[in-house]
Amino acid sequence: MLNDHEVLAKEPFFRITKRAHISNLKSWGIRLIAVVLSLIVCAFVIMAITGENPFNVYLGIIDGAIGKKRRLWVTIRETLTLLIIAVGLTPAFKMRFWNIGAEGQVLMGGLATAAVMIYLGPTLPNGIVLLLVFMASILAGLLWGIMPAYFKSKYNTNETLFTLMLNYVAMQIVTFCIVFWEKPSGSNTVGIINGANEGGWLPKLFGLDYGWSLVIVLLMTVGMYVYMKFSKHGYEIAVVGESQNTARYVGIDVKKVIMRTMMISGGICGLAGAIIVSGASHTISTSTAGGRGFTAIIVAWMSKFNPFVMILVSAFLVFMQQGAIQIASQFGLNENASDIITGIILFFLIGSEFFITYKVERTKAKKEATAK
Amino acid sequence: MDSEVAIRLQNVTKRFGDIIANDNVNLLVKKGEILSILGENGSGKTTLMNMLSGIYFPDHGDITVHGKKVTIRSPKDAFALGIGMIHQHFKLIDVLTAAENIILGLPGNESLDMKSIVAEINELVAKYGFDLDPEQKIYDMSVSQKQTVEIVKVLYRGAEILILDEPTAVLTPQETSKLFDVLRNMRKAGKSIIIITHKLNEVMELSDRVTVLRKGQYIGSVETSDASIDLLTEMMVGQKIDLEIDRTEPLPFVGRIEVKNITCRNRDGVAILKDVSFTSSAGEILGIAGIAGSGQKELLEAIAGLQEIESGEILYHSPEGETVTISDMKAADIRDLKISLAFVPEDRLGMGLVGSMDLTDNIMLRSYNEGKHFFANRKNPRKLATRIVEKLSVVTPSVDTPVRKLSGGNVQKILLGREIASSPNVLMVAYPVRGLDINSSYMIYNLLGDQKQKGASVICVGEDLDVLMALCDRIVVLSGGELTGIVDARTISKEAIGLLMTSSKKGGAQHAE
Ligand SMILES: Nc1ncnc2c1ncn2[C@@H]1O[C@H](COP(=O)(O)OP(=O)(O)O)[C@@H](O)[C@H]1O
Ligand SMILES: [Mg+2]
Repeated sequence: MLNDHEVLAKEPFFRITKRAHISNLKSWGIRLIAVVLSLIVCAFVIMAITGENPFNVYLGIIDGAIGKKRRLWVTIRETLTLLIIAVGLTPAFKMRFWNIGAEGQVLMGGLATAAVMIYLGPTLPNGIVLLLVFMASILAGLLWGIMPAYFKSKYNTNETLFTLMLNYVAMQIVTFCIVFWEKPSGSNTVGIINGANEGGWLPKLFGLDYGWSLVIVLLMTVGMYVYMKFSKHGYEIAVVGESQNTARYVGIDVKKVIMRTMMISGGICGLAGAIIVSGASHTISTSTAGGRGFTAIIVAWMSKFNPFVMILVSAFLVFMQQGAIQIASQFGLNENASDIITGIILFFLIGSEFFITYKVERTKAKKEATAK
Repeated sequence: MDSEVAIRLQNVTKRFGDIIANDNVNLLVKKGEILSILGENGSGKTTLMNMLSGIYFPDHGDITVHGKKVTIRSPKDAFALGIGMIHQHFKLIDVLTAAENIILGLPGNESLDMKSIVAEINELVAKYGFDLDPEQKIYDMSVSQKQTVEIVKVLYRGAEILILDEPTAVLTPQETSKLFDVLRNMRKAGKSIIIITHKLNEVMELSDRVTVLRKGQYIGSVETSDASIDLLTEMMVGQKIDLEIDRTEPLPFVGRIEVKNITCRNRDGVAILKDVSFTSSAGEILGIAGIAGSGQKELLEAIAGLQEIESGEILYHSPEGETVTISDMKAADIRDLKISLAFVPEDRLGMGLVGSMDLTDNIMLRSYNEGKHFFANRKNPRKLATRIVEKLSVVTPSVDTPVRKLSGGNVQKILLGREIASSPNVLMVAYPVRGLDINSSYMIYNLLGDQKQKGASVICVGEDLDVLMALCDRIVVLSGGELTGIVDARTISKEAIGLLMTSSKKGGAQHAE
């Protein structure tokens, strides 16, 4: 009976244990290492595809992201868009409400913006149009946010599926509207809205193309930080997110908090739609959100829901994306090359969280056990 | 001499991250003896035994079974060595019968001969004096019956060395003494038994020898015949302590919470409280006793406005003489009416506190909504947190530490400290000392005593009858959701409470109705 057991003297080679505590310095160090590693891997991938010296490739990336004034501003603009969506998602995720419907909320906000611009832009004064644009976009996003919240708090439906499905609904509505707004007809696109009179376009501020976007997004970022950290609402959101039982125990109205928070979350994502349509593209299509509603989820989580960290994370992601677009054209790759690079970087960044949470140790060889 | 040694552990160490759960522990188990492993919560008893049963693998140290050095890497290895463990949490499949659970996972032929298996099981049951019907489904069983299934399962697989992890924690006094009889029968049959416990009187009653652990370290082993409760306490805690709870006389009876014929159902529609009535008085500690899951939790939650009531009502008689019906109020309404009702729930980090938040934010839970400001005021909660930390000597790096990082005793001090900070008229506590070390436990008993003397109506759900009988003035006994007695804690016997705890239950089933 005992004999089979003497051979069983093997041990696992690695041991994985949860870290009790990790200093900020160390955790950011690990993330930095992940970024460097991902850049090295990207370099090898690019080298394998293009046969170029990776150094040139990285110069190409930097050039693509900030090489020219216009490129720098595109990078800033894209960063702002990603940032405001991540900021919008923050309260929802902090409440552990898995809102993966930012894509649809942004799209609905963009659609509302386009509608106001098309129907009222040419006639009303621009200030009023813009005011209506903001109101309409926030309302549209809010509507897309409150629906899953209502069904969640009333019937306990699964918000992940619900918000995901609403993305497709939004997509279909936009497709439907494009049929009406097509210009020129037959093109199946809306084209630039109010190209002549710029009705409902966000004007320049301080001589900057994206000045207003910059101000609005930064205000939202600071505002969200303050809201989450210092307000009673922010506190309630945190309690509900951590434990609904505790929330009920102290008399927090969980349903109310879920509804209110998703109105805020959806509203900000809707506003992001206005920033895109009124502030930059001046058109609407099914790809107006362009996957940023999903990328923003990663931004929010990687930033541990700190809006200021989100600035850095979204800037970095957009930087790499824009750079990748540049090298793709420079070296004649197709546009998916930039997705590959973003994918590699995200893989490393998300993977680094594992090493921040866990410690991997080599087990010391046990001589007595193996000596038999 | 060595032939009668069943198990020997030498210098066994096990770490979890920075925690050393077992630090160079030695242990000796002889053939045909009952060995108690005694230690406070977190002293590493379960971890040590899990290394014998193949759940964990030691970082270093040697395990010898029947004189041979062995490596135990899985529960299967442990079984092959004749070691079987009955865990604190049972691992049974509800929809199967006892017999089916017992043979589950055993290698065997394609076709099962259930008849002969049941016969074999019945033989075991008769041999050791168990009380078990092999063909009963698990979901029809009481906790003690489930435990019996686990024990028989281990025996059926041929275990010679049985390890029981705190087996009496879930049992009534009667069930406990039945279990002890069975264990003594096993000892007679030559089996070695290791029983983990932190109850001293059980150690004295049952075991031949005791091994004491403290903070992961091996303190020593003594023959029970040479030991005394005082000696064992000192070994366990590391210092001499007074085990008396000083209980003052209750204040004259003044009704505070009046529970009238309440019935509650859980989500599956099962009646969890049935027509329960009693009145708590100001200036007393009213104990609530019962087997785990007899409706204690629901009763407190019903009073706190967290559990829907199907029928009946709950009245609050304020010290000013007003009467308020609180049974149709939610927790928020009770708070807004400024009825100072404090509640320390069983699930401290899942209901009473938020684990990831720091001390200040947790203290703030009760008061954050005061005032009309949009922003929360953290100044006062911070002051209060500092005061609680000082007054109750909470061990914490600062008031900015997440409560999750504190030990069980300190978590409980924070929770209780917050709840009594409002000088409540009613203080409800559920299992207030579960998981706490002896020193913290006595501090909590004293705090409850203070509240009683200040005139609060203290309602305390407990699991250790000895403690309830020493701490409370009156004890309400629940059995399967029914109130089976309200007794005087000073005069009642433990056996009498034990009988009330099981009295009106049909066939011992937990899920009657
Ligand atoms: N799986 C685990 N991961 C991390 N820490 C653990 C684990 N199991 C036990 N511990 C820690 O090891 C110590 C001993 O725990 P345990 O053996 O359960 O004590 P006991 O059974 O004596 O109450 C405690 O500090 C506990 O928190
Ligand atoms: Mg244990």
